[in-house]
Amino acid sequence: MTAISERQQRAYIASQAADMRVNVELETEGMTLNIGPQHPATHGTLRIIVKLDGELVVAADPVPGYMHRGYEKLTEVRTYPQVNTLINRIDWLGSFANEVPFILAAEQLMDVEAPPRAQWIRTLLFELSRIANVTLFLGDMAVQLGAVTPVFYAFRDREYVLNLIESATGGRFHPNFDRIGGIKDDLPKGWIAETKQVMVKVNAFCDELEALLLGNEIFNVRTRGIGVIPPEVALSYGMSGANLRASGVDWDHRRDTPVGLVYDKLDWKVWTHPDGDSFARYWVRLQEVREAAKMVIQLCDGLPPGPIMAKVPRIIKVPEGEAWVATENPLGEMGYYVVSKGELVPFRVKIRSASFNNISIVPWLLRGVYVPDVITILASLYFILGDIDR
Amino acid sequence: MSAVVLAELAYWQVSILRVLGLLAAVLLPSGTIVYLFLFKMMSFMQSRLGPMEAGPYGSMQLLAEVGKFLQKEDLFPDGADRKVFAWAPIVVVASTFIMYTVVPFGPDAWFANIPTGIYFALAVSSVSVIGILMAGWASANKYSLMGGLRSAGQLIAYELPLVLAVLGVVIQAGTMDMQGIVAAQRNGEIFGIGFIGNPYIITQFVGFAVFMIAMQAELTQPPFDMPVAESELVAGYLTEYSGFRFLLFFIGEYATAGAFSAIAAVLFLGGWSLPGIGFDADIMNVLGPIVMLTKMMLIVFLVMWFRFTYPRLREDQLQIFAWKYLIPISLVNIAVTAVLKVAF
Amino acid sequence: MIRLSSTDIDNAEGAPATDELRSSLVEGLVAELHDGVVASHLVPGRDVWVRVTADAWESAGRVCRDLLGCTYFCYLSVIDWLPSPFGRSMDSSVDNVLEGVAAKDPEPMTHGVAGGESRFQLIARLYDVNRHVGVNLKVDVPDDTLTMTTWTKLFGGANWHEREAYEMFGITFAGHPSLRKLYLPGDFEGYPLRKDFPLLARMVKPWPGIVDVEAMPGVADDEGGE
Repeated sequence: MTAISERQQRAYIASQAADMRVNVELETEGMTLNIGPQHPATHGTLRIIVKLDGELVVAADPVPGYMHRGYEKLTEVRTYPQVNTLINRIDWLGSFANEVPFILAAEQLMDVEAPPRAQWIRTLLFELSRIANVTLFLGDMAVQLGAVTPVFYAFRDREYVLNLIESATGGRFHPNFDRIGGIKDDLPKGWIAETKQVMVKVNAFCDELEALLLGNEIFNVRTRGIGVIPPEVALSYGMSGANLRASGVDWDHRRDTPVGLVYDKLDWKVWTHPDGDSFARYWVRLQEVREAAKMVIQLCDGLPPGPIMAKVPRIIKVPEGEAWVATENPLGEMGYYVVSKGELVPFRVKIRSASFNNISIVPWLLRGVYVPDVITILASLYFILGDIDR
Repeated sequence: MSAVVLAELAYWQVSILRVLGLLAAVLLPSGTIVYLFLFKMMSFMQSRLGPMEAGPYGSMQLLAEVGKFLQKEDLFPDGADRKVFAWAPIVVVASTFIMYTVVPFGPDAWFANIPTGIYFALAVSSVSVIGILMAGWASANKYSLMGGLRSAGQLIAYELPLVLAVLGVVIQAGTMDMQGIVAAQRNGEIFGIGFIGNPYIITQFVGFAVFMIAMQAELTQPPFDMPVAESELVAGYLTEYSGFRFLLFFIGEYATAGAFSAIAAVLFLGGWSLPGIGFDADIMNVLGPIVMLTKMMLIVFLVMWFRFTYPRLREDQLQIFAWKYLIPISLVNIAVTAVLKVAF
Repeated sequence: MIRLSSTDIDNAEGAPATDELRSSLVEGLVAELHDGVVASHLVPGRDVWVRVTADAWESAGRVCRDLLGCTYFCYLSVIDWLPSPFGRSMDSSVDNVLEGVAAKDPEPMTHGVAGGESRFQLIARLYDVNRHVGVNLKVDVPDDTLTMTTWTKLFGGANWHEREAYEMFGITFAGHPSLRKLYLPGDFEGYPLRKDFPLLARMVKPWPGIVDVEAMPGVADDEGGE
């Protein structure tokens, strides 16, 4: 190791000083841009404070909480069936899917199992709410990128699915249909045939969007390589669902741990994409809608006869214990950690919603991208505000 | 507005006629564009009905919209530079109006016959950039400012391919007079076949394509709508505008679409002339505007079709597209046109 | 990827009495942390809980991530084991009539699975996406300091979860890069998810109670009660 001469030191200091002078001259004052809470791209009330250098994002800090409703506190003063109503409002686009893991957790504690027909109908409605949820994403991502037309197709075709959910449950957005030990009602007459017809429309919608967007050059340059999330990072941030599968992690609760639902009796595939960019996330979700439609048709065909309700007491007291049940919701892994003390109300419910973790990666992800990419990345991560703020 | 009639009128009468004619020429096409394309064609493409309540098939919707905007409060943001903020929409609309003055609608149906008409129109069209920058700056809003800056960058970048695409036509026609360009297409022939004349869309197809793309960008329509990108910048430089001033911007946007499509119709589709009817026939002063309107709508149809189909490019991709692709292509086009012009 | 199994329904009761995968997780933690593991609770075929000491909290996370393959950070939260000091006021008087008892006195503090000693318990869940097995880690937060070491260096996702725990329960995380409030406004006072934080809405207007519970299908209306 050679010692540094004094002359070299002076030269180094001088060059550093010169660099600093240049940098000071070139450096322009950054701009703080407040995206949200009322911004068209945050579909809800997410606020993101971004520090900009020109149009380049230097740092981003999301500020959730404009829609915090304190569900974890409220569950502590509501009986188990009443909690069901509450958690419908977490991910409001796929509401039925919110109910399932909570009911399953309560059932696990009570050691009750829903009869087969109830399980099939649960799975059926679960997949329908996935379609209702993700079709809207497929259109919404396009509108965030500036293509206005696909979102209307999405709304049009989601409406058929919502009509199905409405005719089965009575509620378009918040069915509140799941019960501890089964489901509230059986399916109406003629529903199965109608569902199959709607699935044809859903498949046509997927084909339409694939033709309209996935092959579009502008869509490709806007999404490919934008917001790349490596699998290790995705796992460490607890990203789940299609966001994780788009990073190449082959994990799906439906296939791997199908608690209380009948996915193991269906023929379907879990799609992954190796790229981990916005395009991959869109692509994976598009395939998931197709798989969901495929599953719905199989579920319609295989629906077993039988009762829809297990024997449960009218006033539900859940025995003491702790249970964690997670399912693969439209937005990702959604789980409830239920602590019961043997009373009418849960002692503590931790709601682990998918969007909360999916969005917590935003400060890591939104560095060195342009403002339009912020919108692309946020759209492709796909969050529902109720799912972040709970 | 035949020259014979004009000669018998006093100057002020001619001026009033011209102003009225210009108002009609600006507002009629832009109204048609908004109703026909923005309301109806867009709805049709998006599998919905669009406005249906006001008038038959919603045809009075436009009046309802204008009425709505006129009723709204004329808001000024707190930190706004009030004078600049107030004048910005007027600058934009004025530039559009002036663009129309050099467009011929018939052998005698013109507002101003300038020998370098096309040059004048393109020069005036870039005045609107100033208005947009004014709006972006004066709104005292970061989104507006970014929108204004994006807009300036974009309009300047696409001005170049626009002009270069026009140059091909000018070389082929041998004149910058818009009336002369119409005549050159009317009387031209392709390899001796001249019954439809020589609309330059055939011989200048590359120029036409470049012109259409650059025009899309000049009009800030998707896929080049970054200045007003609603999912990114809320509404860009329009964010803080409301009421009458927003209406002016709105008219400006679609009137400019009309103006550019009129120029495109003159340059590439043969303008107002009809094959089979004499070039100077008086009937063309009546038929010409109708022919022009039809051709304009054809062009706007293309613009709107792209608009409803494509996502938006990113700002840097937009610049790359202009400088690396469009400008070289149009330069090659000019060179080839010049060579062929000399050769034939 | 495709699983077409037989038509009979498997359920938790059919699960094996031993669960090698999950017990290997516990063993792995014990082997690395020795005395750091205080207790564990295993429900075969379902889930496993491991309670570690406060000092071993960070290394427990590291062991799970690096050695046991649980790289997926699911969540981190807090359980306040204090019984609600508001007694049964959370239920309406109607419920108490139904129960036939008057409002109970606050019960003694009891802990859930894997035990516990302090009022606040941190719970975190890590998951192995390849072997499809998760582990619930619990730790007692020292009552006097209410401070834990942060997991943000191990899992990026812990950042927001710890901020949530900080504002909702008042647990401080030493070494957290920016321990600010996440949801609540900066000047909010109190820790809403603590059991001694009153739910004012319920104080002002009692809940109508469970009398409006609907009849379950298949159960006659008059068959209510337990």
